[in-house]
This record gives sequence, C-alpha cells and structure tokens, in this order.
Amino acid sequence: MYDKGKIIAGIVIFLILITFPIWYLTAHSQTSHVPQLQAAAGNECVESTSYMLDNHMKLLDEWRTLVVRDGNDTYVASNGQEWNISLTGTCLSCHNKAEFCDQCHTYEGVTLNCWSCHFAGY
Amino acid sequence: MNAVYLVFGIIIPYAALFIFVVGLVYRIVRWASSPVPFRIPTTCGQQKSLPWIKSKKIENPYNNAGVIGRMALEVLVFRSLLRNTKTELRRGIQKLVYKDSKLLWLGAFVFHWSLLIILLRHLRLFVEPVPAFVISLQRLDGLFQIMLPTLYITDILIVLALGYLLLRRMAGAQLRYISLFSDYFAVLLLLGIALSGIFMRYIFRVDLVSVKELALGVLSFHPSIPAAGIGLAFYVHLFLVCTLFAYFPFSKLVHMAGVFLSPTRNLANNSRMRRHINPWNYPVKVHTYQEWEDEFREHMKDAGLPLEKE
Amino acid sequence: MTDTTKKPEELLKLDYTPPKKGWMETPVDFKKGTYCYSAPQKHQEYLGLPYPRQWQPFDADWKLPENWKQIILEGMNDRLKKYRSFRLYMDICVRCGACADKCHFFIGTGDPKNMPVLRAELLRSVYRKYFTLGGKLFGKVGGARELTEDVLKEWYYYFYQCTECRRCSVFCPYGIDTCEITMMARDLLSLVGCNVGWVIEPASNCFRTGNHLGVPPHAFKDTLDFAIDEVEDLTGVKVEASVNRKGAELLFITPSADYFASPHWYTFLGYLMLFHEIGLDYTWSAYASEGGNFGLFHSAEMMKRLNAKMYAEAKRLGVKWILGGECGHMWRVVHQYMNTINGPADFLEEPVSPITGTKFENAKATKMVHICEFTADLIKNNKLKLDPSRNDHWKMTFHDSCNPARAMGLFEEPRYIIKNVCNNFYEMPENTIKEYTFCCGSGAGLGSDENLEMRLRGGLPRANAVKYVKEKHGVNLLTCICAIDRAVLPTLLQYWVPGVEVSGLHELVGNALVMKGEKERTTDMRGTPRKQEAK
Repeated sequence: MYDKGKIIAGIVIFLILITFPIWYLTAHSQTSHVPQLQAAAGNECVESTSYMLDNHMKLLDEWRTLVVRDGNDTYVASNGQEWNISLTGTCLSCHNKAEFCDQCHTYEGVTLNCWSCHFAGY
Repeated sequence: MNAVYLVFGIIIPYAALFIFVVGLVYRIVRWASSPVPFRIPTTCGQQKSLPWIKSKKIENPYNNAGVIGRMALEVLVFRSLLRNTKTELRRGIQKLVYKDSKLLWLGAFVFHWSLLIILLRHLRLFVEPVPAFVISLQRLDGLFQIMLPTLYITDILIVLALGYLLLRRMAGAQLRYISLFSDYFAVLLLLGIALSGIFMRYIFRVDLVSVKELALGVLSFHPSIPAAGIGLAFYVHLFLVCTLFAYFPFSKLVHMAGVFLSPTRNLANNSRMRRHINPWNYPVKVHTYQEWEDEFREHMKDAGLPLEKE
Repeated sequence: MTDTTKKPEELLKLDYTPPKKGWMETPVDFKKGTYCYSAPQKHQEYLGLPYPRQWQPFDADWKLPENWKQIILEGMNDRLKKYRSFRLYMDICVRCGACADKCHFFIGTGDPKNMPVLRAELLRSVYRKYFTLGGKLFGKVGGARELTEDVLKEWYYYFYQCTECRRCSVFCPYGIDTCEITMMARDLLSLVGCNVGWVIEPASNCFRTGNHLGVPPHAFKDTLDFAIDEVEDLTGVKVEASVNRKGAELLFITPSADYFASPHWYTFLGYLMLFHEIGLDYTWSAYASEGGNFGLFHSAEMMKRLNAKMYAEAKRLGVKWILGGECGHMWRVVHQYMNTINGPADFLEEPVSPITGTKFENAKATKMVHICEFTADLIKNNKLKLDPSRNDHWKMTFHDSCNPARAMGLFEEPRYIIKNVCNNFYEMPENTIKEYTFCCGSGAGLGSDENLEMRLRGGLPRANAVKYVKEKHGVNLLTCICAIDRAVLPTLLQYWVPGVEVSGLHELVGNALVMKGEKERTTDMRGTPRKQEAK
C-alpha cells in the first residue's frame, strides 16, 4: 500500500505553507511597499537623525522614567540644549503619528505601548 | 562589495530555499515510492475486540479518527517521549528501577515549539501587510514587556532547550557513544542561528526596514540589495539559516516529514477486520497437503487418520 | 542448566557506561554462551536456502560466497524498495537515546551495541555508505562505514541478540521499530547462507511435518489420545477430539509445544476440557499442527511458506473459521500478516461463537479468533461453571507476551479470564506490563541452549519484576499466553527467582472448570494437591 493520495496531499500542504509569503504578497500586491516618512515640521530634533533612528525607543523609555518615576521633565540633549520631556508636546509637535511613527512600525509589525497612555489624535 | 552582498543576500538564500523544498519533497517521494507491505502498528493499549471491553482508541486505534488522534499527539506533543523512563540497577538490592524521565521530552518540546513560534513571528519581515495573527503571537511571546526591544520568551527558551540538548549529548556517556558528528552539527547550527538572531536584536542592531525590503524583493522574485545597506550581523544570521535549509534534506532533520510516514504509528490496528494489500505479494513454494499426505500415508492409515487418497 | 553457567551475582556485575573506544572500532567477540550456532546444512537444503554449508560463528572463515558483498548490497537495495519502514527507519533516527535503556538485552548486558539505536546503526552505517550522498562524501564523519566481513559477523551476533519484541518502538518518538530492522538484517544474512540453527531447524520441521517439533501425524494422534486419557484420569470425563476431520465447524490451531512440552501440556489438557464442556464442534489438524511460525524469525518469505498451511487446511476441511491457541509470535503473524500474505480467506465465514452467538467483528476479515477472546466471551455470557478456589494454591501474576501486547493489544481479555478462574492475582509493576512488558529474552529464535547466558541476561528485567511480586505478595506462579514463554521462562525463573512456576492461561481455566459428570478433583492437573479450605 502506497497511500499516494495522502502523501500527495501532505506534500501539497507543505508547499502551500512554505510558500505562504509568496501567495500572501501576490494577493496583497504590496511587494514594493516601503515606508514613506513625512518630513518633520520643525527644524531640528532633540538628537541627530542617525542617533534617533537607532535609539528613539531607548530615548522615549528614558524620558518616561525621568518624568513618571523621577519627576524630572527636562531633557538635556548631547549638544546642551534643554527640551521639555513630552511625547505629545515635544515629539508630536513636529512628527505626525500616522505619517511618521506608524509608517515603519506598521511595516515591521512592531507593537509598542506608547499609545496605551498617550493620545495622538491632534 | 556589491557582488558579496549579491551572493549572501540573494543567491545563497535562493539556492538554500530551492534545495530545501526540492530536497525535502524528493525525500518524501523516495519514501513514498516504497510501499508499506504489512500493517505493523505498535499497539500501546487495549485492542478493539469484544464490545464490552473498553479499547484504547488513540493508543491502539482501529479507525482513521483514532490514527489522526494518535498522529496529532505524536507530532504536536511528542506523546512517545512522554513515556520515557530511566533504567537503573540498584546493586545492593539487585533491583531494576524505572524512574520517570521527562527532561528529554521537555527539552524537545520546548525547542520545537519555540522554533515554530519564532518562525511564525519572522513572518512580519516576509509579508506585507503584517497579518494580525503574527502581531498577536508576538504580543503573547513578549508578554513580560521587559527590556528594549521587548524580550521574547521563546528566544530564551530555545537557547535553554538547545543548550540542554547539546549538554545532554555531551555529558551522558551512553549518548556520547551513539552520537555522530552530524548530531552535534545540527544542534550547534540551530544554536548559532538563535544566538546570532538575539545578538542582532540587542547588540549589533541592523536596519529592519532594509531587511524587510530585501526579504520582500526575494520573495516576490524581484530581488535587490537595499541601498541603505544592512549590518554584517544580519548576513551572518541569514547565512546560518541558509546553511540549515540546505543541510536539512540531507540530514536526520528530515524526521520532520518522516514522522508522518512511520508505519508503526500511522496505521490503524485493524488488520483482522480489513485485509491489507501488499503490492509485491508473490507466490512462494509451499508444502502442500498432497505432498504431506504422500509422505505419511501409510502411518496415517495405521493410526486411523482420515485420508484424501487411500 | 550446565555447571559452567555463571552465578546471578556475576551476571549482575553490570556497567552501563560504554567503553572509551568507539563502536565502529570494536569488532564483535563471540563469547561462549552468548550466541546461537549456525543452521545444520541438511535443514538449509531442505528449505532450499542459498549457500548451504557447514560453518560456525566462532570459525575465522565463514565460507561466504565469493560475491557476498554484492549479494548483501543488492539485497539491501531490493528491500529498501519493498519496505517503506526500512528506508524510513534508516533515515529519520535522530539518536535521541530514548530507546537506549529500554531493551532487555542492554539492561542485562550493558553492551552498548544492544542499545536499539546502536543495533540499528550497525545496519544504518552501511546504508549511509552505499545509499546516501552524505555517507559517500564524508565517510566515517558522516556515520558511514564499509561493509566488511567483520561487519557481517557483527550483524549476525547482534541481530540474533534482538528478540523483535518492539519495546523500543513504544518509546521512540517516530515509532522506529528495531524489529523491522532486525528482520531486514536477518533476511540479508540469510542471502549469504548465515542462518541460526534454532530458527531453521524448526522451520524445516514445520515445512515437512507440519510442526516445529517434527511430530509426524500418527505421533500427533497418539499424543492426543494420551491427553484424552489423562483428562479422564483427572476428571473422570471422557473428552472427544478429532484430527483432520472434514465438516467440523472450527479448526483449532495451537503451537506444537502445547502437546509435547511441559508445562505447555497442562494448557493442552485445558483446551480439551474446555472444548468438551461447551460441546464445540471442532477438529485438530496434523497437517496444520503448528500455530507458531519460526519463518517470522527468518524472512517474510519463510513466514509466508509456513503460514500457508493454516488457510489451506481450513479450506480443505471446510470449516467455518479458525480458532487459535495461546502463542505470542503466532499471533503477530496471524494478526498482522496472515490475511495479507495468504488471504483473502473468502472460503471461510465471518467468525461467530457457536456457543454464545457473539460475532467477532474484529476478526471478520482474517477469520481467526484468539482463544482468549473466545473464552472471555464464554465467561461473560455465563457459559462456563468455574470454581476459582481450585486455583487457590497459586498466587499468580500475568506476563504480557511481546507480540500479543505490542502487535495486537490483547491486554484485558486474558486478565478478565484470570480474574474469573483464580482468586489471587497480582500485577507486576506498571513499567513492566502491558505495552511496557519485558520480553522473556529467548524469543525470535534465540532460545537455544548454547545461547543460555545471553538468554538469562535478556530475561533479567522480566525476572526482576517477577521477583518484586514474589517478595511483595508471595507470588508462586507466572501465567502467560505464549508457548516460547512457557518453554523458556521456567529456566529463567529458576535461575533468577527460584520458587515461581510457569503456566498457560488455559491450564488455570481447566483447573477451575466444573465439568458435567466429573469426579471430585483432589489435585490440579499437575498433581499438586488443592489448597484445603480452612474450616
């Protein structure tokens, strides 16, 4: 007994599963999609762009600790400039959540918990 | 430099995927081309016989539903490893003792399930838009919400499990004795993949947008190396993964597919209820009744036994 | 048992730590008492086996045919194409070691090549060398090695040190069955004329006379008459039994040891008493006078050649279906192979008990019913008058034989019968019964005298569990439903657990059976006085 039918079915299921990304991409025709970041409204960020690209999540985490746990709402940047620590007041005054933050986060499937406390609906 | 990226970012991944898919299908087809001449399930429970005797429908299945149950338990929770015991001879009292030994099961279970979850989590880099189940899985895996980026439970578990499986192989005298080079190679390769992935996440960080750009390009068959460039750590990780995929069909790792084909597990114990066909069953030389009676006729006559031919 | 047999304390000096030297570098050592002699030439010739010759395993020269290597490799290739199990089990083992300490031969010897995984590697290493890319490319690093005469000798030693009991396959996460691998290896060895005497001689006898012991038909009739007399002496009831009778409703087939060996004999008497009491219309056959099948321990072809007699005789006699006696490997063949190799049995009817009317749905295709299924059904339907107190002098335990356990799942039927025919029943520890049962250590053709030390070692785990219930409950009888068990366990228990006897299940049924018109029984079948009730 060869059980040909069952084995072919098994192979087909395997092939469908392994090639799932290909089908999925074709179905959604999003293969060339890349995040489109809207330019920020302001002139300068708290730190350099390359630093922010790598470390924005750490910076925001640090900010939260400074404000919520230590009661300190002033951030001194590496160039000595002082900034008011506020996600909505400082960051979002230049950046737009949907046009900026979400672009990469959605693309990469990154889940964050900024918005469980903060409101970005301005 | 571009040529190097081309090789490690595009050519090797394509080759590895091709070898993996074609190789594994080839192995399955090769097994399938040999028939299962006899129905030989290993029965691990009461058979179905008289209606008032309760049979074990999964441990000793008599129909397809039972077989599906048995196979599901084997594949999903490694049922047979749960039976494991360790034999010890207590010399003082000359007694054999069989102690429960579930660590191997735990190591295997944790490793395989972690690997599956990690693979599914990686879908966020392979498809666009990211499906909701991947997000949910990721959230669940990062339940503790510690460290930045979030620490995934499976990342820790897979390293622990692989570490245990490797140590177990090296530390136990019996296991070391039976182990081949390939047994160490497979574990080390997987460990290398897991660790390079973790290092990439926490220390040698790479630009994920470019990673996804590359992945989508490869998977949509319009490959290109992202202009922004990706860190070396990524190429190390990717190369190890490609090695695993290419090695897979030639190694013991084919047990992933093979487990489904094992005749001691995937057959119902119903050979007295329904005839199983052996495609190569051939006539053999037998000793017929006639030949037998011819040899013993006189004696049989004397003993008063009935004869076909007087 | 000879005087040269080592003392139990000596055998128990076991070390489960493998040696420093790798297994590929350790050639086989044929130690006296741990292997079986080769098959006598005349029996090989009678069966028409290839390259019959006189040789012995301890000879330096095995007188192999010149092209033996080619024969083996072609044989392997052929079997890889015929058996999915073979190719698959060569490929998918991950050497997790779950099977390592599950084999009774490993437990009893500490020899690492008795770990099921390594036993399989003996063959797998050759498979890799000649049939896989990795093995061809990487050689020893890839786990591959050349097929040499030393390797062949190693196969002979270790594949006749496996009783095909399938215990390892219960624990394997992929169900890899060393029994399948052993079967292939033995089949391959046979291609170059390397066979074991204790397998080939019974097979040749069975082919010629109809049974392993070589009992000719007239002697079979004599022994049956003798048994009838003995039943009469014991019970005062004259039972009837016919041989080769056409038109009987059932054909009864049991292992030939039952009517020639002890303690099988009492089980034989038990059958006669039971069938008489229920008025069964049945016949014995002198042509199909063997339930067992030593062909199973040689090759699929030999198994088929010997098994063919069962259906052929049932057809010739015109019976409705076949009833089979207590035997282990016989039931492996009947249950898992017979209908496939020699069926379909469309000349028989679907089995229905003529006494209770019960349809044996589970045997409707093969048309052969196990005596335990049959008797359990009789008891359930109150067709037997049983006095279990007649077995009160026994405190018993039940040994699940490998094949009914792991190739069938016959667990509750015999236990139901036991609970109805005796009052003192104690199970051995859980890890040693039912699907976890331990082999007697002498099955699959290894029961020869010259192999005694290995048999005692292989039987250690079984004996040790018996010892446990003997010490805890005072068990003095081990009952079982296998003829090889009954032949070899007395020796084994005498060595490891003196004071425990061995019986078949239907001996106990015969003891407990209250027969119409019987005289008062003062002893059991063995002549042992019944336990007097304290009044």
